Amino acid sequence: MSQTIDRPTTGAVEPAARGTETDKSRSERRLGWLLAGPAFAVMLLVTAYPIGQALWYSLFDYRLTDPSNRSFTGLTNYGVILTDAVWWNAILVTLLITVITVAVELVLGFALALVMLQALKAIRPVLRIVILIPYAVITVVSAFAWQFAFDLEAGFVNSWFSWIPGVTENTAWFGDFGSALFVICLAEIWKTTPFISLLLLAGLAQVPDVLQEAARVDGASWWQRMTKVTIPNMKAAIMVALLFRSLDAFRVFDSVFVMTGGAQGTETVSFLVYRQTISRLEIGLGSATSVLLFITVVILCVGFVKLFRVDLSQARGE
Amino acid sequence: MRHPRRRLRWSLTVVVAVLAALVSGCSGAPPGPPVLTWYINPDDGGQAEIASRCSAASGGRYTIVTSQLPREASEQREQLVRRLAAEDSSIDLMSLDPPYVPEFAQAGFLAPMPPEVQARAAEGVVPSALNGVTWQGRIVAVPFWANTQLLWYRKSMVAPMGLDMTRPVTWDQIIQAAQRAGTQVGAQGARAESLTVWLNALIESGGGAVITGESETNPELVQLGLTAPPAIEAARIMRSMVETGVAGPGFDTQDEDATASAFQDGSSAFMVNWPFVWGQATSGVEEGTLAPDVVADYGWALYPQTAPGLPSAPPYGGINLGVGAYSAHPDLAYDATACITSVENTAYYMITNGNPAARSAVYDRPDVLAEFPMAPVIRQSLTQAAPRPKTPYYAEVSEGLQRSFHPVGGIVPGPTNQSAQDLIQAVLAKEALL
Repeated sequence: MSQTIDRPTTGAVEPAARGTETDKSRSERRLGWLLAGPAFAVMLLVTAYPIGQALWYSLFDYRLTDPSNRSFTGLTNYGVILTDAVWWNAILVTLLITVITVAVELVLGFALALVMLQALKAIRPVLRIVILIPYAVITVVSAFAWQFAFDLEAGFVNSWFSWIPGVTENTAWFGDFGSALFVICLAEIWKTTPFISLLLLAGLAQVPDVLQEAARVDGASWWQRMTKVTIPNMKAAIMVALLFRSLDAFRVFDSVFVMTGGAQGTETVSFLVYRQTISRLEIGLGSATSVLLFITVVILCVGFVKLFRVDLSQARGE
Repeated sequence: MRHPRRRLRWSLTVVVAVLAALVSGCSGAPPGPPVLTWYINPDDGGQAEIASRCSAASGGRYTIVTSQLPREASEQREQLVRRLAAEDSSIDLMSLDPPYVPEFAQAGFLAPMPPEVQARAAEGVVPSALNGVTWQGRIVAVPFWANTQLLWYRKSMVAPMGLDMTRPVTWDQIIQAAQRAGTQVGAQGARAESLTVWLNALIESGGGAVITGESETNPELVQLGLTAPPAIEAARIMRSMVETGVAGPGFDTQDEDATASAFQDGSSAFMVNWPFVWGQATSGVEEGTLAPDVVADYGWALYPQTAPGLPSAPPYGGINLGVGAYSAHPDLAYDATACITSVENTAYYMITNGNPAARSAVYDRPDVLAEFPMAPVIRQSLTQAAPRPKTPYYAEVSEGLQRSFHPVGGIVPGPTNQSAQDLIQAVLAKEALL
């Protein structure tokens, strides 16, 4: 089994290291804790506490405007959510947005990473800045920009692209599910492709030149070098990019909030959390929804790591 | 190189100095009169001007500063509720959208109003505005300005239709007339608060109500009238807007601004909208972006009737003033409301910012009539207007209505009403997500 082959590389080194731990490695470890400790403590404070609080509140019937009538209801909130079609619809929509955006971003991001890697040295810095600009734009600002572009009254898309079949002066992009989701995905792709291309660029830069040289000497075509040398050697970087972006995409909120406000069936899971907690002020139900979102993201993360055998240490070049 | 211990001492001194500065900055009241913070909805600067006028008029008793809330009424409520739930004492005065008044009052977020302030707040106020600030038989907020929707029409386009606009018209009449003429009727079909406003006005105009039995403390006991004949008739009218084609393209995302644009450019011959459209059009003429003959072509009438012969119940909106329950100066804040809502200041606000006054006397002023020739119709509309469902659970009811009645083209009169009723009841019983 492949797992037994993997094990000796990591498993055999650790006990040996533990057994013969030198003063140097001990002090390095201490330094590591000293450096990471404060950040770790702050992380615990700002993430673990709210997570714990959300878990606790999710067991209550608790409305923000009526705290005196708070009552313990156990897992009732979870039952309400998991038996409601609205939840499952939001899960489906979120998965759809995640799959579409991550797939397109991976292809586009890879192409952009190649361009950045192979561009002439003189224009490389400018090119990188140009490609990275969308990522620097705040998501809510980008969402508004895309909404205005596709707006029926104020937008320019309908008049500029009326030569495309199906697009007319009166196309209401946010008027039905398909077209609204299309614009949401487009905005997400525009905004986050630079992030994925940056991660892939790091992966591309790690592929040793000697391998490329050897393949070229052996007469391998560009496509063969890409599929047999480049991509297998940057698998870890691709997987990390996919993992980070998928988790990020699954939490999509801003674009949906700005563009459709959840209309046309475009509600995502994060939007559902917002609506229960902030609009309805149902802290109990909202907390349960956010706990379920958290669990879903954890499942996605673990699934990714297990399914694709993502090794984060490889991505660090260890 | 400096000694490390000396460096440490220096660092400590700096830290202590910064902390001392912070602490001294936090403690003690600033010199001068008490500062009242008024959380306002965004406008054209009218509330800030009134704040400075009233500060000056107080004779040094208080100074009012404004703090701007988000643009959308629902977002204003979200911010205020979160702050008040945390007992924020910085909220002395707040501009409140009327549908949220019961929720704030029920939660104890509004400072108790002294009887003399209640009497003063009710004096000379249009009936809908008075209704909007009353909860459980008590006045809990001070009416500031009162909004209502009119039926606007383009005189040149409507003249050939054979409709007598000097008499009340029904929704069916204008829909059929627009269909025959191949033009549009502007209304708000977007999934937003404006959809609730429209639906509620249709139901109330037909003699019905969204909420027929209120329970202040138990949401499960709230009774809904969504399956009653007036509500089914409202659903039929909404649906017919789309079926006849008079709703126009993009109706599912059309808000008040989009409706006003379509009316301005002549795409629609009719629209229901708030009076801000008049101010928008007249400033367009002043700025040279709109031809004067377009504004001259604007006609106005009372909101259309749902049932022939039954006076319409137009939408009621506007802003009421609430005094924060955790304010350090509730008495001064209530004093300030008298100045803010004076006839003089609300007339100024109406003329400069286009927001109709809650005080009836404002509509008799020549300067108001010169700026708003439709002022008498606005006052009449405010006399007939009905508030949106008065309940502490308004957000749930409104969201439930929007979810069920959007898109308007998908409404099936009867079944949609039933599903809306079921959804809202389940949401109020906390058995469903929203």
